[in-house]
Amino acid sequence: MSNKTYLTVDGNEAVAYVSYRLNEVMAIYPITPSSPMGEWCDQWASEGKRNLWDTIPSVVAMQSEGGAAGALHGALQTGALANTFTASQGLLLKIPNMYKIAGELLPTVFHITARTLATHALSIFGDHSDIMAVRQTGFALLGSASVQEAMDLALIAQAATFKSRVPFVHFFDGFRTSHEVQKIQVIPDDVMLSMMDLEAIQAHRNRAMSPDRPVLRGTAQNPDAFFQGREACNPFYDACPDIVQQVMDEFAQKVGRTYQLFQYVGAPDAERIVILMGSGCETAHETVDYLVGKGEKVGVLKVRLYRPFDMKRFIEAIPASVQKIAVLDRTKEPGAAGEPLYQDCIAALYEGLAKGWGQLKTMPKVIGGRYGLSSKEFTPAMVKAVFDNLASAQPKEHFTVGIQDDVSQTSLPFDPEFSTEGDQVVRAMFYGLGADGTVGANKNSIKIIGEGTDNYAQGYFVYDSKKSGSMTVSHLRFGPQEIRSTYLVSHANFVACHQPVFLERHKVTQPLIAGGIFLLNTPYSKDEVWEKLPKVIQEDLVTKRAKFYVIDAIKVAHASGMGGRINTIMQVCFFALAGVLPRDAAIEAIKLSIKKTYGKKGEEVVRKNIEAVDNTLANLHEVPVPGVVSSTESLAPGVTKDAPAYVREVLGKLALNLGDELPVSVFPVDGSFPTATARYEKRNLALEIPVWDEKICIQCGKCVAICPHATIRMKVYDPKCLEGAPATFKSTDARNPEWKGLKYTLQVAAEDCTGCALCVDVCPAKNKQEARLKAINMRPQAPLRLDERDNWNFFLGLPEMDRRKIKVTQLRSQQIMQPLFEFSGACSGCGETPYIKMLSQLFGDRLLIANATGCSSIYGGNLPTTPYAQDACGRGPAWCNSLFEDNAEFGLGFRVSLDKQKEFAAELVKKLAPVLGDDLVDGIVNAVQQDETGIYDQRERVAALKQKLQGATSHEAKLLLPIADTLVKRSVWIIGGDGWAYDIGYGGLDHVLASGRNVNVLVLDTEVYSNTGGQASKATPRGAVAKFAAGGKPLAKKDLGLICMTYGNIYVASVAMGAKDEHTLRAFVEAESYDGPSIIIAYSHCIAHGVAIDMGVGAKQQKALVDTGQWLLYRFDPRRAGRGENPLQLDSSAAKAKVQEYLLTENRFKMLTKSKPEEAKRLFEKAQTDADLRWQFYAHLASRKLEGGAEPVTALAK
Amino acid sequence: MDLTTSYMGLKLRSPLAAAASPLSEEIATLRQLEDAGASAVVLYSLFEEQLRRESAELDYHLQHGTESFAEALSYFPEISEFRTGPEDYLEHIEKAKQAVKLPIIASLNGSTLGGWTAYAKQIQQAGADALELNIYSIPADADATAADVEAMYLDILKAVKKEVTIPVAVKLSPFFTNFANVAHRLAQAGADGLVLFNRFYQPDIDLENLEVKPNVLLSTPMAMRLPLRWIAILYGRISSSLAATSGIHRASDALKMLMAGADVTMLCSALLRHGPGHITTVERDMVAWLEQHEYESVQQLKGSLSQKNCDDPSSFERAQYMRAISTYPYDPNQIAAA
Repeated sequence: MSNKTYLTVDGNEAVAYVSYRLNEVMAIYPITPSSPMGEWCDQWASEGKRNLWDTIPSVVAMQSEGGAAGALHGALQTGALANTFTASQGLLLKIPNMYKIAGELLPTVFHITARTLATHALSIFGDHSDIMAVRQTGFALLGSASVQEAMDLALIAQAATFKSRVPFVHFFDGFRTSHEVQKIQVIPDDVMLSMMDLEAIQAHRNRAMSPDRPVLRGTAQNPDAFFQGREACNPFYDACPDIVQQVMDEFAQKVGRTYQLFQYVGAPDAERIVILMGSGCETAHETVDYLVGKGEKVGVLKVRLYRPFDMKRFIEAIPASVQKIAVLDRTKEPGAAGEPLYQDCIAALYEGLAKGWGQLKTMPKVIGGRYGLSSKEFTPAMVKAVFDNLASAQPKEHFTVGIQDDVSQTSLPFDPEFSTEGDQVVRAMFYGLGADGTVGANKNSIKIIGEGTDNYAQGYFVYDSKKSGSMTVSHLRFGPQEIRSTYLVSHANFVACHQPVFLERHKVTQPLIAGGIFLLNTPYSKDEVWEKLPKVIQEDLVTKRAKFYVIDAIKVAHASGMGGRINTIMQVCFFALAGVLPRDAAIEAIKLSIKKTYGKKGEEVVRKNIEAVDNTLANLHEVPVPGVVSSTESLAPGVTKDAPAYVREVLGKLALNLGDELPVSVFPVDGSFPTATARYEKRNLALEIPVWDEKICIQCGKCVAICPHATIRMKVYDPKCLEGAPATFKSTDARNPEWKGLKYTLQVAAEDCTGCALCVDVCPAKNKQEARLKAINMRPQAPLRLDERDNWNFFLGLPEMDRRKIKVTQLRSQQIMQPLFEFSGACSGCGETPYIKMLSQLFGDRLLIANATGCSSIYGGNLPTTPYAQDACGRGPAWCNSLFEDNAEFGLGFRVSLDKQKEFAAELVKKLAPVLGDDLVDGIVNAVQQDETGIYDQRERVAALKQKLQGATSHEAKLLLPIADTLVKRSVWIIGGDGWAYDIGYGGLDHVLASGRNVNVLVLDTEVYSNTGGQASKATPRGAVAKFAAGGKPLAKKDLGLICMTYGNIYVASVAMGAKDEHTLRAFVEAESYDGPSIIIAYSHCIAHGVAIDMGVGAKQQKALVDTGQWLLYRFDPRRAGRGENPLQLDSSAAKAKVQEYLLTENRFKMLTKSKPEEAKRLFEKAQTDADLRWQFYAHLASRKLEGGAEPVTALAK
Repeated sequence: MDLTTSYMGLKLRSPLAAAASPLSEEIATLRQLEDAGASAVVLYSLFEEQLRRESAELDYHLQHGTESFAEALSYFPEISEFRTGPEDYLEHIEKAKQAVKLPIIASLNGSTLGGWTAYAKQIQQAGADALELNIYSIPADADATAADVEAMYLDILKAVKKEVTIPVAVKLSPFFTNFANVAHRLAQAGADGLVLFNRFYQPDIDLENLEVKPNVLLSTPMAMRLPLRWIAILYGRISSSLAATSGIHRASDALKMLMAGADVTMLCSALLRHGPGHITTVERDMVAWLEQHEYESVQQLKGSLSQKNCDDPSSFERAQYMRAISTYPYDPNQIAAA
């Protein structure tokens, strides 16, 4: 090992490392993939870690990225060394302040994990569309291509901003760089400090707003002044590129790594070059090295400083021999003459050549192309395809590479087998489940190899979009040279499949090279396993002459007390087989690492892991690979065979991770997808499923209500329907007196159930002979799967009950309603989805949902399949996600639009009275649609109207027909999490509620930003540990409901289904029936609370929450005030236990007792006071007698 | 009145000490106990099993759900240091020692032999004046013989005694085949004190919800009969000090225990019910009784009605129940009439 200091980190940590050391104020807000930078800084600050100025930075979490930019602007104006981190939509929200900050020449660095902007769809992955959206702001744009560069350029940007006064965006590719783990050289602290220009910093301090030397900034200017003032900054932009290069040179001199604004790599006599920026540069670099080695005259120009664009340096960096250039943009600008980098290059070449800059004598042929949108793979094969295109006589212009564009024919073909990777690089792939710890172990292996040997190491991890039962694929490389392969492993020496179930669907051996090693975790012995493999896997292993090893890691894990966590065991196998380190040394290193990693969590955890290491090798066996294939078993499809063609051929491929193979033509042009497709994706996640005991069941419907995935359902039907029922189909007499003579069935969708057991937990009926048994009990899924598949299909065929006959305020009746939200990708045991499901049951056939970005938009709207479903008539929720921050406004837009169309339709109906007849017109226009009967009747009338207008040619009829359906009551629901409602969307939410319009808001309150990994929101309760509140949230939860009640005309309910399900039901029915704004704040237990929600404890937690007074149940109904009654009804009783009893059952609170016991004690006591005072206040409000006859409070606007 | 007594070599101002209970969790309450006249305090127990479980739980919850979903690779901040060992307990001993002058007896419940010894050593280092081994065990394993169970007690005691120099007491359950034999063997193995007896949490059944619900029932004076007997039997026959606990609520209860041979009496339920100040009441009543009966010291009283010193030693061994029945005025005619 050399004496340089190395770290094995990802891009985010590398950047945060520098940023924290050199700044004193950070304004943060979570957004993927940049969140970890803010999280690191907040954590270091909470631990009292000092920066290089020897002070602890002040890290402030804001309510939105816009807020963070505003706070940052203020901090900069008052002289702070301040910065921020963000990406994508977050960067867009910062734009107004970015113009200001640049206009005022305030030095700062925004570290940006470049991420796709939402257009036809949201994507959390990487491209430069966000960066390109800020190129006009006046910020310098400096791009890094690798983890090492991200650390280095973070420092260079920081040094350059102080010297130049130009604020910087330092960007690096989201996920590909932000989340790639690399072994990098650490910049020593003294070097960092030495690169800070103290005079420039002093000057920044001196320019700060101060009443001791007052100035005025932010003036308003008129035509006489503005233009000149805008041009006054030019000298700073002119000087900026030189300053950046000087800083880069100083860095090179001190650290030894050389950077240039435009860095050329390749043949000195290159004829064809590519120009690009970001992580693609590394792959292009690797490909160019390879091709030059083969004698090709090619090169790559890496753009580092994109703004200010130094045209002279740009053209000087291009070899004189260059004849053809392809400029690659990782963004799309529809309708433009070309993408931004392409246009900049063209302009610079044109102008530079005219001025005689550089070595080029004539204008080369320049073409532009797009690649890598939303982290689409960009591989050496694609780089080669670009060079091949350039070499052709008529290169394709404005091309795309990496996809198959069969619509506009833009794409370049490429050879997926082309590889530049040498024999010296060990390439390994691991297929794991999120829950088994595979990724964590691999990150650990990279650290062991990276920090324990001279090898370079790289890790990149691909995750599923589902939150339950998700597959992770780890891509690891190790080798003696720097690793520039910023693309997935496709030719692996070692492939490990950590979960045997993946073999059913995925050809996991596909990437294995000839003679490679395949390791499988399997319950089968080395003698049995071969016969259990699918045919394609056997074929692969035979033809590739692979070495095949097996281990029953689950058995070893259980024997070592590790439960289902097989990570350490599989890690030992990897080291034992891959030969990256000598076996004994590797095992010692693993043990050392276990002590280091787990030591803080206690001896027990260390002991179990070490025991697992010691138990592993004796259970690892080689399986001789026979010369012939014996299996006939094929891989399972991504969706069921009965799925519609589109689902099978398109969504099914996405479900099998084969989406890259799909051409452009199969995709919708505007992002519209069919609903009701989740039902075709049978994921078979549950090891155990609930089994109904009809003799014990009291038919209360609680299990059906609480099921997060709508996999347990009830139906009541005529006994005649049982004809032809499968032999194992269960049925009993319906107990509800209203259903006398009918049969009742509780059925489980065995292949969709995630096995969370919430249903069993809430079941109140116990077996009198054996009290541990209930009316539903968990039983192994595998032996039941086939029978239950038939039972489920038969159950689906049973008729749904007429909605007009269902009593909607009684849970045991209401739960018979068909859920139109099913089998989502939410976490097993999710606390949010039962509310959405209930909503879909009650109003799904007339429901429009505006969904804020967050968990609910991901499990609700992430491809491949859609949980929102349709009834037998094809009706169901219509769903759309606009943004995170604007959701209330977006939903209000629905309401305003629908009301207007309804009003217009009614006007047209009246005009068409001579055709329609007065009775029908009167019926339609004056319809009362307060219940299912009213809505049914109106649908009938509208159908009659359509019938009568069929073929009508009048102007009015043509106008009416497309909007006639709006005459049927539409239920508009605005759904989002607490991050949206309490923080980023609060301003809009407040305005929308104050509008008086008939919108319904459902706040799924998990008390934390769940989707982005548990950052504190204003809904986070006091004492909870969360990201951005690493030391425990010091302040109490915001009382959103109380704020809303102050308007008087808003229906407000606070519910917790796990504590009182029928209360939740009533709140939903009342909220929807209220002809004005409504808000339901629904407590949602969450995996981010540190409770085992996938083991069915969620409802229990909710009960404890309510029993201790930590959460109140109430309804505030303005209609009651209209009747002279107190509008507030407090529906939970006074606390039965101390708050602490609940707090200590959730890790988010309990962990504070382990990290900061004194603080925990203090905050928990305050939490008790919060609960006491809140109860007293609400009890007071609810007990008030309205004096003097209350004014009827009604909706303000209709 | 000379109330002083000696327990495991510790000089105590009175024979009224506080047994292990939640009252010792707060320093402020320790002060109250001292102010009320408690002569020593046994701290609440450090449970090794609980530490192990909490460590495993913490690991589980910090890992759970991580590295599964691209936007949420974890759900909690990466805290660099946790207190997952006995740090809190040890700190509490230190704080207690600083806050009060009375002897602090730590209480330990281990789950592994290594845990018993390691924690015992740390407890001594933290400044505890003595250590009580709370061997809380319900041998439900049908394969474990009485000898196995007894050996476990002895093994733990011997291992701990090797590691520490402070006095070590063993808090025992009465459920042994031959309790006297166990007590003697523990004394021979070096137990500086025996604490009689441990009251176990007993399960209850919730009729409405058909659930087994363990709950704490505070003792009543009835509970003192069992330790009273065994203290009386052991007094003067073993080298270990004897501490009486269970059912000591009033001065009369304490006096009886002392007469049976206890060196110290330890109050728990009465203090939980009436608060730390109750010790003052018990002491006042005890002094009043002693004065009224012209005793000079507690020492004088100690063991005066032990099996060795009482007029009918067999009364502690005989089946008292049989004698009670035989002296009852039994009239079959009366029963038939009823």
